Amino acid sequence: MKDFLKPHRIVLILLAAALVAWCALSLNWTWLANPKYQLLIVQGIWRTIWIVVVTMVIGMVLAVPIGLAQAAGPWYVSAPARVFCTVIRGTPLLMQIWLLYYGLGSLFPSIPWIKQSDLWPYLRQAWPYAVVALSLSVAGYEGEVMRGAFKGVPHGQLEAAKAMGMPPFTLLRRIWLPQALQRVLPTLGGETVSQLKSTPLVSTITIMEIYAVTGRIRQDTFIIYEPLLLLAVVYMGLTGLIVLLFRWLEGRRPTRTA
Amino acid sequence: MKTLVLAAVAALALGTTAMADPLKIGVAAEPYPPFTSPDASGNWVGWEVDFMNAICKQAELDCVITPTAWDGIIPALTSGQIDVIMSSMSITQERKKTIDFSDKYYNTPAMVMVAADSTITPDAAGLTGKIVGVQVSTTHEAYTQKYFAPVASEVKVYQTQDEANQDLAAGRVDAVMADSIALQAFLDSDAGKACCKAAGMVAGDAEVLGAGVGFGLRQGDPLLAKLNAAIAAIRADGTYAEITKKYFAFDVYGE
Amino acid sequence: MSTGEAIAAASALDLLALSPPGWGATLLAGLGNSVIIALGAYGLGFAIGLCGAFGKLYGGPITKDLLAVYTTIVRAVPELVLILILFYAFTGLLNQTLLSWGMERVQISPIITGIVVLGVVQGAYQTEVLRGGILAVPAGQIEAARAMGMPSVTLARRITIPLMTANALPGMANLWLNATKDTALLAVIGFSELTKATYQASATTKAFFVFYPAAMALYLLISLTSTFLIGRLEKWARRGQRDVRGQ
Repeated sequence: MKDFLKPHRIVLILLAAALVAWCALSLNWTWLANPKYQLLIVQGIWRTIWIVVVTMVIGMVLAVPIGLAQAAGPWYVSAPARVFCTVIRGTPLLMQIWLLYYGLGSLFPSIPWIKQSDLWPYLRQAWPYAVVALSLSVAGYEGEVMRGAFKGVPHGQLEAAKAMGMPPFTLLRRIWLPQALQRVLPTLGGETVSQLKSTPLVSTITIMEIYAVTGRIRQDTFIIYEPLLLLAVVYMGLTGLIVLLFRWLEGRRPTRTA
Repeated sequence: MKTLVLAAVAALALGTTAMADPLKIGVAAEPYPPFTSPDASGNWVGWEVDFMNAICKQAELDCVITPTAWDGIIPALTSGQIDVIMSSMSITQERKKTIDFSDKYYNTPAMVMVAADSTITPDAAGLTGKIVGVQVSTTHEAYTQKYFAPVASEVKVYQTQDEANQDLAAGRVDAVMADSIALQAFLDSDAGKACCKAAGMVAGDAEVLGAGVGFGLRQGDPLLAKLNAAIAAIRADGTYAEITKKYFAFDVYGE
Repeated sequence: MSTGEAIAAASALDLLALSPPGWGATLLAGLGNSVIIALGAYGLGFAIGLCGAFGKLYGGPITKDLLAVYTTIVRAVPELVLILILFYAFTGLLNQTLLSWGMERVQISPIITGIVVLGVVQGAYQTEVLRGGILAVPAGQIEAARAMGMPSVTLARRITIPLMTANALPGMANLWLNATKDTALLAVIGFSELTKATYQASATTKAFFVFYPAAMALYLLISLTSTFLIGRLEKWARRGQRDVRGQ
């Protein structure tokens, strides 16, 4: 800690504190006192958090087979996985979201029975489309990462297990997958932060996460910068939380780098 | 320091059009027929575009259409990205705190549009428990939040009016509230005829819905007098009526 | 193909045609805008990144800290939020400064604004990638050059930058692909690049499944061509060097 607090750092920290204090006092924060906006902000932050968590989980569950298919599968399994990853990584996420929501939406009038089906309450709302689009995006990017991770596990271990007669699924479950995940953990933290930064895009399909909430506040009050500053602070805070979480996760699993 | 910034500005200005000549007219970058919509070659056409051309000719200004995102159009004006807002923006007291408005150049009531087989009425009773769609940053959104949000099951907010119409056609919202003429244009199109119908006009509220549509300008801009004079001249010499006849069967000026 | 399918296919091609009523020309114009902005932003980002990387490695303590703040903030906040803040702040501050100096407002074209905004964002990421590339240059070579009395600029030009390029290329390739896809975010501020043009076309004609796949094909074209070209570039940059596996 003493190392960190060199004289120039102390000056910079004081300057930063002064800047924050000036912002807090001279800019217009009156809208924060409004309970309606406070509720919207809390709801928006909650929505952002659950979108990131759910899409990362589903995306990783999909990414494992996609990475495995590319690392170990025969050509008729690895080629589709390859194509999927290339398309997802080669096109903008915004376009994927719009294609899913508005594209599928434009098909509904031509399928009359869909309004009577059980799926209809879900197809009406925006969040299923956001979850699907973001999960597919995670699966595409993490599929590539998992491919590298699976390929990076020392081949000798897999051969030894095979030589001992271990069935392929047990081999995957006990040796290949845990080590691949171990390798990928540092990258996953960065990828989760990337996912967090993609969440504002779902505000364009009517989901009121924190970016849309600040948009609403800006539009109601005509204040331009202060809500955006709050937004930046919120995202920096969430990024910090994610980084801390992954550091803790990495610390928990003992690694012996050979 | 000054020279450095000036040099940077000069470098940036190399990529720009000549200073002070063309007037940048901000138009929402979305199809909003019959007032403004892009055609296949990327040109903007519609009643408002013809009106703008007549005004600019009358006031001897060189006008250039600059598409801008609707929900950022007022900040774009105040920060100098555009000089005039001409995008069917209603004149309201709330907006007047930030920008100036010219005299109104049209005034049409607001309407609710619903699915073809729906029985919804355009009031709070009819919209109880329904999903209502509106465009962000509009007087219609303010009206919906004030009257319908307390009783509706959800208010979905869209970036453009077009998206709201599409979701009504897809069945994701039960009703859409917007300007009656813009909605009528949608209802006259193939997609609109197939899916939807008008439920009727909403009860008026001049404070929320505004007193007609006008040009938006930065506060204190001297252009205001020129534009007002041009609007009056066009109304007087019949150009306004001529333009309106091409698109509508009635006078959109309103009272 | 049945007649129904033939008619549908024909009208899809009509919609994509280069002259009206086809929207093909608008889409290609949007593509052109996207590529121009991506190139400009990448170039600006590279310039900022080079200064930033050298600053972080060889600069004074205050420079290092300020650059660390810059890269941390830009990498922690979503691009969309940064684009919004910079979009309004940039022209607003510029015009305010000019007005306070008694001069007229200046109009900055949207392309330049897009380039500056995305370039500042790219600069932070480029700083990190270039810094990693420089750190991977074998220290011995730099020390030997210094021992022989080579001036710093010549050292940078002849040794650091060529060796750094090979190491930094994969990261920079990634950033180029990000730049091309980030131009899509400018659609949210209404700028007419490929994503916005696709939206306009499909919203006006309701033919989503014609325009979106076409636009995605165009984006894929850019990304596949870029990946191929950068692969060739990397082979050229690594000429004479040993592979990681020692081959």
